[in-house]
Amino acid sequence: MWLAIVAMVMMFAAFTSAYVVKKADVSNWLVFELPVMFSYSAVIIVISSICMQLAYITFRRNRIGLHRLFMVATFFLGATFLVLQVLGWQELKAEGILLKGNVAGSFLYVISGAHFLHVAGGVIALLVFVILAFTRYNKPEDTLLENIHPDKQIGVELMATYWHFVDVLWLYLFFFFQMS
Amino acid sequence: MSQETTIRENLETHIDEHAHDHGHDHHDHHQSFISKYIFSTDHKVIAKQFLITGIIWAIVGGGLSVLFRIQLGYPDADLNWMRPFLGKWITPEGHIAPEFYNALITMHGTILVFFVLTAGLSGTFSNYLIPLMVGARDMASGFINMLSYWFFFLSSVVMAASFFLATGPASGGWTAYPPLNALPQAATGSVLGVDYWLLSIVLFIVSVLLGGLNYITTVINLRTRGMKMFRLPLPIWAFFLTAVIGLLSFPVLLSAGVLMLFDRNLGTSFYLDQIYIGGEALANAGGSPILYQHLFWFLGHPEVYIIILPAMGIVSEVLSVHSRKPIFGYTAMVYSLLAITVLSFIVWAHHMFVTGMNPFIGSIFVIFTLIIAVPSAVKVFNWLTTLWRGNIKLNPAMLFAIGFVSLFISGGVTGIFLGNSSIDVELHDTYFVVAHFHLVMGVAAFFGMFAGVYHWFPKMFGRHLNSTLGYIHFWGTIICAYLIFYPMHFEYMLPRRYPTHAGFDTFGMFAQLNEFITIAAIASFAFQLMFVFNFFYSIWYGRKLRVQNPYHANTLEWTTPIRPGHGNWDGEIPTVYRWAYDYSKHGRDFIPQTEPLSAYELEHGEHGDESDSDIIQHEKHNG
Repeated sequence: MWLAIVAMVMMFAAFTSAYVVKKADVSNWLVFELPVMFSYSAVIIVISSICMQLAYITFRRNRIGLHRLFMVATFFLGATFLVLQVLGWQELKAEGILLKGNVAGSFLYVISGAHFLHVAGGVIALLVFVILAFTRYNKPEDTLLENIHPDKQIGVELMATYWHFVDVLWLYLFFFFQMS
Repeated sequence: MSQETTIRENLETHIDEHAHDHGHDHHDHHQSFISKYIFSTDHKVIAKQFLITGIIWAIVGGGLSVLFRIQLGYPDADLNWMRPFLGKWITPEGHIAPEFYNALITMHGTILVFFVLTAGLSGTFSNYLIPLMVGARDMASGFINMLSYWFFFLSSVVMAASFFLATGPASGGWTAYPPLNALPQAATGSVLGVDYWLLSIVLFIVSVLLGGLNYITTVINLRTRGMKMFRLPLPIWAFFLTAVIGLLSFPVLLSAGVLMLFDRNLGTSFYLDQIYIGGEALANAGGSPILYQHLFWFLGHPEVYIIILPAMGIVSEVLSVHSRKPIFGYTAMVYSLLAITVLSFIVWAHHMFVTGMNPFIGSIFVIFTLIIAVPSAVKVFNWLTTLWRGNIKLNPAMLFAIGFVSLFISGGVTGIFLGNSSIDVELHDTYFVVAHFHLVMGVAAFFGMFAGVYHWFPKMFGRHLNSTLGYIHFWGTIICAYLIFYPMHFEYMLPRRYPTHAGFDTFGMFAQLNEFITIAAIASFAFQLMFVFNFFYSIWYGRKLRVQNPYHANTLEWTTPIRPGHGNWDGEIPTVYRWAYDYSKHGRDFIPQTEPLSAYELEHGEHGDESDSDIIQHEKHNG
């Protein structure tokens, strides 16, 4: 997982450094405000990341009820993030910043789009973990950690790692766009 | 962490039980043909899938080079006999159409660089050797490993399909520079071919990343008891670092490719600016084609080390085993691999000296480029000193390994010239460059691959390759390789990528030389076909392997049964007590890694006197 994250970091590093190089290079670089929705989505994804961490902690402590609650919360916050991103793009479009237009806009769409896909993948994985959280531990003798094949135990941990990664990634991208 | 260890133990016992069952009752575990040979999760089968797919691609890629060499060598000949299979790509005058010539060289480069020398070389040997040499039952994730192959297969299918497009496959060079490749109007190959090319490369990147994740994880986590990092055989170090380079550089190519796809299909202008076609200005503005070159070569240069490092690792092992001597300077070999890995990321702009970059920045890249010569030379000297006064067994594997060293030196020397920006500006895009990189990373990497195939073929298929054909293959290939690429250095003023030089008086003097090179190229291709015949014939009809360890080698793969099953070792995984290169030590020909150190015996790297004095000093210090 960490190695995969290294690969993804390299991809986004390539995108953003391309952005920096281009910006220094081009005379008609368009400066514009980020859509306000992107700020909301940053807040949402930070909260969802906290929920994911809580879901992981409750998982380790065998608190089935709380684990379920936090998994669901993370999932819905993740989905909300996706909706907010789409709204953000519509806001951009309304301002006349199009994918086809100035390179500055094109970069914003491509980079936030690539991030969107990563989050979308995460949300699908979250859905799987939500379903597992509700189907797996129904017998009274079941606890979260015991009786589960060790392979499955690290699942929640990996999910949390990935989710924090897309969270931090968005914060990085958000401040990166904000600064430049 | 503790959780991870329990998982590993659990997994291991699980597999152990499985292997145990298998040993007791051979009929409990029927695998259908499909799960055994097609959708297999066994690293050994996946390695063979990579190898055979690589061989098929090598025939295709080599065949393309024969086609364009015929055009170059005989620009006036009537090639109408090719019409039945090339159709409209033969002009009415009987020449290869210039557009198709460009497609041929593009596909030749792409296929050999990515499909043969990346997937076919590192895909085959990393998969095959990592678990066997580190002492693991299989890769960390057999399933991801399988996905890695099938993504490669998909990518192959897409690339193969592009040959059948009405407008032909991508034809803008294997580097796919914009704007030539970004605009459908620019060339016939750019109409659709480049879209196929990009899609294929994206799938290929997925395959490389999945494979690389597995290689790194396996080397880090699944080494057997006693297998310290500095007891690993050198091929494993090479595969490990290759995977690290791939993991860091391929995603950057993915970014470059995605931006290109957007430019081509969604009207963005990342790479396009102020372009006029037929007197009409395009709407695209604000992009920069140089940006693509930076992104591309940030992968492109590490890519050549992705190709050559596995070959270096394989050659180190083969040279040591067949000289019956420990590899000279094991630690220096490891550190030079590490140095190459790091340096490979900070030299990319030496491909771009003529893009009008700031000469000051250029000279920084010159310095880093020339520094790479240092670890490379360390390796060359260590190979030569390994051979020095060895008890050399000149079998085909050994010959190819020595041939690798020869070609690597010949090709490497010209690298010093090209690394200097002032000379490179003159030589850029000429046949001198073609000669340089074909020797140093093309043919040399092939020789590393052949050395590996000849050396490990008995382990892979339980039969030997025919040695006589092997000797003919070696001598034919190395003579032809030098006959092709040595004269090419003299064509240092001849531009690459021209289908014919007939229109230029200056180049008339090269006409006969080109013909000569073409004849050598065709001969060389014939020798490769002979090898392919030997390869497939020997899989079924070769001389059977009857002993477990035919070369008296030290490494772990020779402690497995002659035809290892899934899980590699029948019983427990062996424990390792020493490094892999104890040859001719204490009067013994070889001491396997599984043999404990005898009393008073020192492991490689331990120095008796020093360690004694260390202890004394330590005691003094304490007391």
